Amino acid sequence: MAAYLLRRLFQAALILLGVSIITFGLLYVLPADPVRQIAGRSATAEVVENIRRQLGLDQPVWVQYGRYLWGLLHGDMGRSYLQRTEVATLIAARLPATLQLMVGAILAELTIGLTLGVIAALNRGRPLDTGLMVSSFVAVSAPQFVVALLLLYVFAVKLGWFPIGGYGTLDHLVLPSVTLGIMGAGWYSRMMRSSMLDVLRADYIRTARAKGLSRMRVILRHALPNAILPIVAMIGMDIGIFMGGVVVVESVFGWPGIGQLAWQAIQRVDIPIIMGVTITSAVAIVLGNLLADLIAPFIDPRIKLRLN
Amino acid sequence: MKTWLMSSALALSLAAFAAPALAQSAPDPDAKPGGDIVITYKDDVATLDPAIGYDWQNWSMIKSIFDGLMDYVPGTTDLRPGLAESYEMSDDGLAYTFHLRPGVKFHNGREMTADDVKYSLDRVTDPATQSPGAGFFGSIKGYDEAASGAAKGLAGVTAVDPKTVKIELTRPDATFLHVMALNFSYVVPKEAVEEHGADFGKHPVGTGAFRMAEWTIGQRLVLEKNPDFWTPGIPYLDRVTFEIGQEPVVALLRLQKGEVDIPGDGIPPAKFQEVMNDPEQKARVVEGGQLQTGYVTMNVTTPPFDKPEVRRAVNMALNKDRIVQMINNRAVPANQPLPPSMPGYTTDYKGYGYDVEGAKKLMADAGLSGGVDTQLFAMNTDPNPRIAQAIQQDLAAIGIRAEIKALAQANVIEAGGNGSAPMIWSGGMAWIADFPDPSNFYGPILSCSGAEAGGWNWAKYCNAELDAAAAKADSMVGEAAKDARLKAWSDVYMKVMEDAPWAPVFNEQRFTMKSPRMGGADALYVDPVSIPINYDYVYVNQ
Repeated sequence: MAAYLLRRLFQAALILLGVSIITFGLLYVLPADPVRQIAGRSATAEVVENIRRQLGLDQPVWVQYGRYLWGLLHGDMGRSYLQRTEVATLIAARLPATLQLMVGAILAELTIGLTLGVIAALNRGRPLDTGLMVSSFVAVSAPQFVVALLLLYVFAVKLGWFPIGGYGTLDHLVLPSVTLGIMGAGWYSRMMRSSMLDVLRADYIRTARAKGLSRMRVILRHALPNAILPIVAMIGMDIGIFMGGVVVVESVFGWPGIGQLAWQAIQRVDIPIIMGVTITSAVAIVLGNLLADLIAPFIDPRIKLRLN
Repeated sequence: MKTWLMSSALALSLAAFAAPALAQSAPDPDAKPGGDIVITYKDDVATLDPAIGYDWQNWSMIKSIFDGLMDYVPGTTDLRPGLAESYEMSDDGLAYTFHLRPGVKFHNGREMTADDVKYSLDRVTDPATQSPGAGFFGSIKGYDEAASGAAKGLAGVTAVDPKTVKIELTRPDATFLHVMALNFSYVVPKEAVEEHGADFGKHPVGTGAFRMAEWTIGQRLVLEKNPDFWTPGIPYLDRVTFEIGQEPVVALLRLQKGEVDIPGDGIPPAKFQEVMNDPEQKARVVEGGQLQTGYVTMNVTTPPFDKPEVRRAVNMALNKDRIVQMINNRAVPANQPLPPSMPGYTTDYKGYGYDVEGAKKLMADAGLSGGVDTQLFAMNTDPNPRIAQAIQQDLAAIGIRAEIKALAQANVIEAGGNGSAPMIWSGGMAWIADFPDPSNFYGPILSCSGAEAGGWNWAKYCNAELDAAAAKADSMVGEAAKDARLKAWSDVYMKVMEDAPWAPVFNEQRFTMKSPRMGGADALYVDPVSIPINYDYVYVNQ
């Protein structure tokens, strides 16, 4: 296990290095000059060159990257070009909001996805099953900004059950969490249905039924815990999907997380923030996957057997 | 003879000529002190350091936290003394002596002195500050040495005594007083700057009507009333809360529910008609002009726009009324670089006018009756691609087949700067004046220096004669030369239109929406130098 962990950590370090090189390279070849954005239109050529020199943007790309990597290894993500604030400070200020949103989204996708999956499995072949599976397909395919605006309009504007955007209370968390989790809920409901059907066909379920246990007891005590295992093991993977989604969801709901920060930085070509958010996201994704892989054997012993 | 201006004398002269604005130059008798308001913005506030902050969002916040030697009458573009109670200009226009108001205190409680003014001007021109506005101070003696780092501080700025500052110039500069009203010249206390270093912009300390109370990154920024502000009774509001990260559509919904007082990003285009069709909501919309011009640039160094006939033909081909309709009439058609509310605007000039047949004839004169292919760059955010399509259709009617390149803002700016864009629709990046003076529409976007690689003169238009005429106009200082100077600027822009490096398309109107409880003159809600509103002078009725 220790060797496996070391190998995975080494792989993670390589992935992060690759991400930093690719992102830095892409930002460098971007046909846009961040100094022009920073300096504005009224700046003289002399002022522009002064800013370029002070930010080190007059250096060759490998020198710039080397400096960036050296700073990163010392915990320094640089300073925002436009906000003139430490990128680490900006990310640290916004990360808790994104983490709250992700936890909310995981709860939303599990609650909605697993419940609907079980209902569909228990009604296999009936119109309810078909309806739920069509709905799950829609949930997986629907663009997040459409879902966001729809939920906002119905539940915040028309029904007034939740606040219209903003941050601070549990009420604020509900709609963005559901929006972010709805795609996962679609996947999970399909997977749960399939997994549940597999389990329901297993011999031990037949045995349990033959022993005269009630249908509800068989489902809740014997089928559900086994059907849920492969799905729980996948939650770590969701972080990667969420990282893309938070940009849209946070922007629509005014959620002060790193997705919103990234979107603003991209619009303004604020390279240190773009780099910082990318690296942070990459770390989260790599750690999420690693955790998922490490925890999975404990949840589902069959995986442990395969690993061994 | 010295020009001597007392603030009271200026106020009196304004009383005679600017009656609607007068109510806001002194405390409003109808104003109710107290209360707080909520303003929303989509984007983070970048910085509140006046030497650095340079976007429309933080510009007016900085104006409320800091002050400069000069200021504007609220709701107008009329200069008035700010931290300077009065000033004198020497006969040759090369020296200004500012007399500071007594008893003005920074938010940290210390009294502001002439040394602070000198420190602030030295700081903004110090290359280490990386101020985008350093170039505005180019006429001050010692600027070149300070900007290059060869000297520490501006030789031309002297603290004569604690309440007197003398500023010497290398050339007469008619825009100098406007520069002293620019955010970049606002006065900061040295000890606070040194305490916070590069983070001063997050911990601003000024002399302004409001002081910083809270700044939670990405969430909210709260300004509270400065009880020691040097204008008695101002501001009226106790607090202004800026809620950050609010999409404009969401902000409008919240305004309709009574949770927001001003949507800082304005009325979203998709909701504009809906708002204007509802009499109750329309009554709370305030419309005003702004110092903005949207235009199409034509790269005069690239065929076919190296031919003046083609550039004039483009000017005549554009159906500006239709383009204005496309944006719900939130603009007025433009016929020259300056907007109508800018001094120096040539009122009797009609421009090229919409004339497709005339344009075709000009194309034939240029030997291009068979048509020509080119590219039109535009920003990729609504409504700019739609406007670009309308321009494309108009151009097609005279044989100019323009391929639209809709790109992100940064990419368009890059293509404009390096000269690879034959035509650019400036929407979303159009020129908004830094200060209300005609010269501000020339230097970066029409002069030879702006036409250099990376510059903002995307037409790459360079007319040395006009540059000389512009420099001459800016050397005409003092009240006596004011009319002649505006005429000189008008002549410059008429010559620009003759050469036609641009096709001016429209001047945007500003539409601000307010909650029912907001009070104060309408002019404060479309203040030309404080967007979206003048925080210091508005108030609430409930």
